[in-house]
Parts: sequence; structure tokens; C-alpha cells
Amino acid sequence: MIKRRKKHGPGEINAGSMADIAFLLLIFFLVTTTMDTDVGILRLLPPIVEDMTPPDKVKQRNIYEVLVNDADQLLVEGRPMDISELREGAKEFMTNPDNSEDLPEKELVTRAMCQQKVAEYRAGVASAGSDAKLKQSYQKELDKWEEKLNAVELVGEYMELPGSAVLSLQTGSKTSYNMYVQVQNELEAAVRELRDDLSLQKFGRKYTELDELNEEDKERIRAVRKVFPQRISEAEPVEVGASANS
Amino acid sequence: MSRFKDKSGEGTPAISTASLPDIIFMLLFFFMVTTVMREVDLKVKITLPEASEVEKLEDKALVDYIYIGPPTIEELGTEPRIQLNDQYAKLEDIQPWIDANRERRQEAEKPRITTSLKVDQETYMKIVTDVKQELRKAQSLKINYSTSRGR
Repeated sequence: MIKRRKKHGPGEINAGSMADIAFLLLIFFLVTTTMDTDVGILRLLPPIVEDMTPPDKVKQRNIYEVLVNDADQLLVEGRPMDISELREGAKEFMTNPDNSEDLPEKELVTRAMCQQKVAEYRAGVASAGSDAKLKQSYQKELDKWEEKLNAVELVGEYMELPGSAVLSLQTGSKTSYNMYVQVQNELEAAVRELRDDLSLQKFGRKYTELDELNEEDKERIRAVRKVFPQRISEAEPVEVGASANS
Repeated sequence: MSRFKDKSGEGTPAISTASLPDIIFMLLFFFMVTTVMREVDLKVKITLPEASEVEKLEDKALVDYIYIGPPTIEELGTEPRIQLNDQYAKLEDIQPWIDANRERRQEAEKPRITTSLKVDQETYMKIVTDVKQELRKAQSLKINYSTSRGR
């Protein structure tokens, strides 16, 4: 058999149809490929706390309360609202442009203040010596103020939101998931727009265009986040049985 | 002028198509490598809500999916069901499932595991809240509300 073939010489295989076969496979993969990457709204859930000590009383003015009822209607700060107004409302809450009594009290963070505090706590850490606990608490404060100083260096003196200021979201059990996502989206958009504006004003680029892998941008991102923190809290689900007792 | 004439007189030589398969194969390999086949059969109907403030899920290998929506099989009614992997699940199954997922990842990757919630937009929040509670109990706190990019 082999001999006979050799006599004839290896016949040329017609490779003309190879392209067709490859095309067929190609089209199959083209059709099945899903290029769109998974996108969504990222959130970090709060860890479950075992001991249910009631949290410190937070001033009403520091909470932006968003309630969504079972019929997908919004009640924001005690007033019915359309979802299209929510973004502006949240922005107003975060900035409090008119220093209104009902919105969070903002505190001016100055460079001198930060420098003084940093020096103070640095001395504290040094003097704490072997007392690990004390040292740790000083270190924590120091980190906090160093971060503020960093923010001041980059964006200038700014008005800081009180630490307890949150956007609070509570839904009914029959609220639709779509509505919930829309509300989350609007709140996220409000924070993002404020950050974009600030970043555009200070660095000439939008916040979303800053590159996390670039050292300089990374500092900027941290500074912008410091000025406009994203704090969206969701109310602890109320258990039907438990709510009657407590 | 005469030059052109000469050429046309010889007749255009056939373009060699021998390298065509190679080109196609190259494209083919590109698509083969980038293709992500759908990993599970959906047993629930899901229409994702739209949102504009979306972020990409970075590392797909570190993402686990929870599907919630009405079952595709009509006999099972329209009550939303939870689907983990390839089957319907109950709320109690979520914690063991999270633990199992954690178990098969490397130690260094564990903190980066994200749970993606693919929930039908008509679903009531009750079941979503319950699922979120289970996730909190399981200490799996990084979540992603899967949406489609819109508006």
C-alpha cells in the first residue's frame, strides 16, 4: 500500500474548503460569544453585629431618609417625591449649600487644623510607649488626620460632612426590585456627580476618569472620596415577630 | 501606455487564497479564547433592571451568582425562586453554598470573592432582603446588583 502511494506521489490535498470549515467554526463562536461583561452596582453589606446595642442617637438632620413603600412610591425626608428629583435632593443634602438647619452641619477643614492635629497625635503615638492600646487609638486618629491633610493639600480647604451623615434607604417588603435598583442608582449618581464636579474643578478631569493605578491619581481619588464620602446605609430589616416586642 | 497594455495582455494572476484559512483560524482562535460559555442553565426568568452607575465585575473567576426570579417551568407557578448553581434552592442553602465556594478558592483570593445577585426586576424586595441577610450571616459582604447598562 505504502509503495503504491509513493509511486503516485503524495497527492495535493485541496485546502480550498479549509477556509469554509474555519468560517463555520468562526461564525459559531461569533454567535455564542457574549462580549458584554457583567456590570452592576457594587455594594458592601454591613457585617452582622451580635450585640444589639442601640446606636448613638444620630441627629435627624444628618440622615437623608429615603423610604420606598410597597407601591413603589418614594417618601423622602417625610415628603412624597418623584424619583427624578431624588438625585438633586441627595446632592443638596451632601453639600448643604445654604447652611440650612435641616441639612447636615458642615465643618470647615483647614490646613492649619490638620497640621496641628497630626503633630499632636504623632507626639501622642511617640509618648504612648508600651501601652499598645493607647498607641493604637492615637495611631487611628493620626491616620484619620493625615488623610484629611492629604485631602486639603490636593483640593484645598473644604467643608466636611459630619461622620454620621448618611443616605438611609428603607424599602417595604413588596417594593419591586427594579425600584430599589433605581433608587440605589440615583443615590450613587448623586455622589458620583458631586465627585466629578469637584475633580473637574480641581484637577481638570472627572473623578470617573481618574486612574486608580496611577500613584498621583490614587491620592486624588482618596482626597475626593474624603470630601464626598459615599455612605448609603440600608435599614436593618424589621422582623415581623420581633418588632411587636421591641 | 504600452506598459499597461503589456500587463493586461498577460492576464491577472489568480490571488493566492492559501493564507485565507490561516487568517480565519487566527480570528477563530481569538473568539475561542475570549468566549465565555454560559456556565449554568437558567431555571428562572430574569429581566435585569437598568442602571447607569454601573461598574464592571473584574475577576469573573471570583464571582458567584445567585439568580432570583419566577421559574421557567410554568407548572411551578410564578412565585420567585432562588437558583444556586444548577438547581433551585432554599434560603437555608445559601450559607453552605457560600462556604463551599469559599473552600474551593485559594486563601489569598477569599476576601475578593463577590456575590452577584441577578434578580428579576419584578421581584419583591422581601426575598432579596432575605437573601442579603443570609449573605451577611455567611460573612460574604461584597455583593453586586447585576443590572444592564442603560439610559
